[in-house]
Amino acid sequence: MTADRRDTSRLERAGVAVGRRTPLVDGVEKVTGRARYTADLALGPSLVGRILRSPVAHGIIRGIDTSAARALPGVRAVVTGADFAAPYGVIPIAQNEWPLARDKVRYRGEPLVAVAAVDDAAAEAALAAIVLDIEALPAYFTAADARAEGAVPLHERKPGNIERQVEQDFGDVDAGFAAADLVLERRTTYAEVAHGQIERNASIASYDPDTDRLTIHSVTQVPYYLHLTLAQVLGMDSSRIRVVKPFVGGGFGHRVEPLNFEMVTAALARAAGGQVRMQLTREDGFLTHRGRPATDIRLKLGLKQTGEITAVDCEIVQRGGAYGGYGLVTILYAGALLHALYRVGAVRYRGYRVYANLPPCGAMRGHGAVDARHAFESLLDEMAGQLGLDPFAVRRANLIEPPYRTLNDLQVNSYGLPACLDWAEKASGWHARRGKLPKGRGLGMACSHYVSGSAKPVHWSGEPHATINLRLDFDGAITILTGASDIGQGSNTLITQVVAEVLMLPMGRLRVVATDSALTPKDNGSYSSRVSFMVGNAALRAAEALKQVLVEAAARKLEVTPAEIDWLGEACGVAGTDRTLAFADVVEAALVDSGAITVKGVWSTPPETQGGKFRGAAVGSTAGFSYAAQVVEVSVDEDTGAVKVEKVWVAHDCGFAINPLAVEGQVQGAVWMGMGQAMCEETQYHEGLSLRPNFLDYRIPTIVESPPIEVHLVESLDPLGPFGAKEASEGALHGFPPALANAICDALGIRLAELPLTPDRLFEAIQARRREDKLKARRAAAPATTPTPIEAK
Amino acid sequence: MSKRLLTLTVNEREEQHAVADNALLVDVLRDTLGLTGTKQGCDGGECGACTVLVDGQPQLACITLAASVEGRRVETIEHLSSSGRMSRLQRAFHEKLGTQCGFCTPGMVMAAEALLRRHPDPTEAQIRDALAGNLCRCTGYAKIVESVQAAAEAVQ
Repeated sequence: MTADRRDTSRLERAGVAVGRRTPLVDGVEKVTGRARYTADLALGPSLVGRILRSPVAHGIIRGIDTSAARALPGVRAVVTGADFAAPYGVIPIAQNEWPLARDKVRYRGEPLVAVAAVDDAAAEAALAAIVLDIEALPAYFTAADARAEGAVPLHERKPGNIERQVEQDFGDVDAGFAAADLVLERRTTYAEVAHGQIERNASIASYDPDTDRLTIHSVTQVPYYLHLTLAQVLGMDSSRIRVVKPFVGGGFGHRVEPLNFEMVTAALARAAGGQVRMQLTREDGFLTHRGRPATDIRLKLGLKQTGEITAVDCEIVQRGGAYGGYGLVTILYAGALLHALYRVGAVRYRGYRVYANLPPCGAMRGHGAVDARHAFESLLDEMAGQLGLDPFAVRRANLIEPPYRTLNDLQVNSYGLPACLDWAEKASGWHARRGKLPKGRGLGMACSHYVSGSAKPVHWSGEPHATINLRLDFDGAITILTGASDIGQGSNTLITQVVAEVLMLPMGRLRVVATDSALTPKDNGSYSSRVSFMVGNAALRAAEALKQVLVEAAARKLEVTPAEIDWLGEACGVAGTDRTLAFADVVEAALVDSGAITVKGVWSTPPETQGGKFRGAAVGSTAGFSYAAQVVEVSVDEDTGAVKVEKVWVAHDCGFAINPLAVEGQVQGAVWMGMGQAMCEETQYHEGLSLRPNFLDYRIPTIVESPPIEVHLVESLDPLGPFGAKEASEGALHGFPPALANAICDALGIRLAELPLTPDRLFEAIQARRREDKLKARRAAAPATTPTPIEAK
Repeated sequence: MSKRLLTLTVNEREEQHAVADNALLVDVLRDTLGLTGTKQGCDGGECGACTVLVDGQPQLACITLAASVEGRRVETIEHLSSSGRMSRLQRAFHEKLGTQCGFCTPGMVMAAEALLRRHPDPTEAQIRDALAGNLCRCTGYAKIVESVQAAAEAVQ
């Protein structure tokens, strides 16, 4: 990273703990193998849980005969959809999924029956003994087929298999196009992609029938959603449930929604009256899915000669899979973040979220906005070329000046995009090198942005968005109690830094206890990049509250007023004197009459950041947007269509880097994940059967083809973020696919209308152009007369 | 399934256990010996998270029959630290953030350990080649390359 070493102003902003490159507080456990993930937990004897999945993509369940399975030795429980009290879904208004299918199956691989048995062999024998009677219905594997006239609806009250239709109009779009000097429209198709977190899904649930208590350890990103959902689907009082998230091996959105196997494990534990361990396979992960949907985008832009965007007209169709999940949010995000990066004249957005007989899609890093960003930034590049404008110049013609209200009522309080553009342009040597590179090499750029947490939570309960407890006892250790899920992004470390900064204490005095509903306050979880901003703010306030308690105690002990106390971290001093009180004595004084101290810090988004009043306005609203600009350099082998990414320069406006080391790692990981989607990742199905449910066929980039990614952090110091911080984990992802497409276009002059840009697709386009060139050359060489028919020999 | 008495050395301790003929090394390490530092991220030979050293060579424990390592010397991530302190590679992965979620890390570190034993001062190409079979979904690999380089420098 360049920021630390070269930018002296950033060093001035760094405190005793924040702004410093800080290894993870739980990093030692990870590198030594001592970190225990769900499947590693030694919780005593367990039954083995297994799930039988539907072999049919769409059908009516006529019967499930489990009698033979139940009679087998070693089988302790068999559950079906009938054993659940209610359906579920992450969005309260769109709950149409059962943990095990009831009445109908809607995709191949949908969980149907589950068993708990004494060992793997007994569980497998039980699954084999289950008899299914499913009457097949017509099944639909594309959005177009599912929407076609006469298609059987997957769900009741959803004609045309449309889950959600969005119509949003801001300003006079037709007038905007009329005022434009150039109007261009393009269609692009995007493959479905999957999260591919390396840890396989697992849950361990134990149920005590005598006390009616359930404990589950699971791989979730949002223990709170899982907790609520378990109570709902099991018909249990939530007070009887304890949810624990151990170390989690990545999420990327796969584990934001409560997932069927978690509920199934709990149901099996309850039915068996004991402990059940569920270890899913990698293939199961691809069937559970919740990834980014296959998407079709039609986008029309109007630009003035200056590059100003006069109008945006966009239609997006997402193939959402068999159930609602996050679907309605995804289709709203696609529209909300399409244009809010820039100042634009007018916008028309039409979105269609469509059901199909495939594993359900959901939230994936960059939720909803990645494909839309590719369409927008690619078309902007193409139009800039036609207008004779530089790609940087066309972006600069549309910048926002904060504070600013976007057309769709999103609040922008800080906007580091101009500085991101400046750095990426300079660091990549853009003007000196673009257009002068050897054959087959190219440079491309794009911009992106993302929310620092959704300003309105899914469950609008009126509670604060984030709550942190700090506990201080006789030992002088401060325990941070948080429900925030560290899934590898470093949230435990960030929270520790924030508390250490306010209290000016060494991080060794602090410890984090996280994500155990028996101990830690509720948190909305790790999604939409909310933790740094929201939980960071709560941690800041909790630390300030503890400081106040300790200052008052020191003042009592030193017999001065609190205003006279100088907080020195490991000691308190009396202003203007050399009298001090060591930290241990301050703690002792604070505990007199009170005993162990617990303080609280909470934070909520201000109302003006929660979006407008129109339907769906909450989606996209946030207390602070991150911004990024990146340049990608590629070389293309024209004989094979293979693309090599030589280097990426990415500048990210994270507001303030609380942990520059972690922010850099997040930005690199985000850019790289965008690279996977742009270059090689793509699910594939045959009649609903997943053809790539493993890491050999679903190709994520290896270390061999992964480029150097140079990161520059722009610190725009957001007025609402903790120490000015904003999100850092998602915003840079969106920019990679269009920057790559623009770079390939710079190298080859070819722009494909689909992602991923695989070698075979590029090769086909290169060949098609060669044929066309030959044809043109032949036509040019031939005399301009009517061709004589070739005579048969 | 019949069982056999398996004798092998794991992390310099001689072990003798009755294991099924079809038992995989990863399951013997994790379930029988409680060495859960070795992870499994796929359904067999896809991701590299289960990489351990067998007689010093990196091997995927999830596609290795336990019976095939009879009499051989197996090293896992738990063996790298000495008296509980991180090895140079572990320290580098920690300090350089070569680990994020940490799930691929044990396999990544073991593959890198085998490399550094063979080539104490590897080129970047050698590092990428040695870790080509280890998938990481968090880091984009940039900091993993840096971590291995830093560990190599620490030895020089």
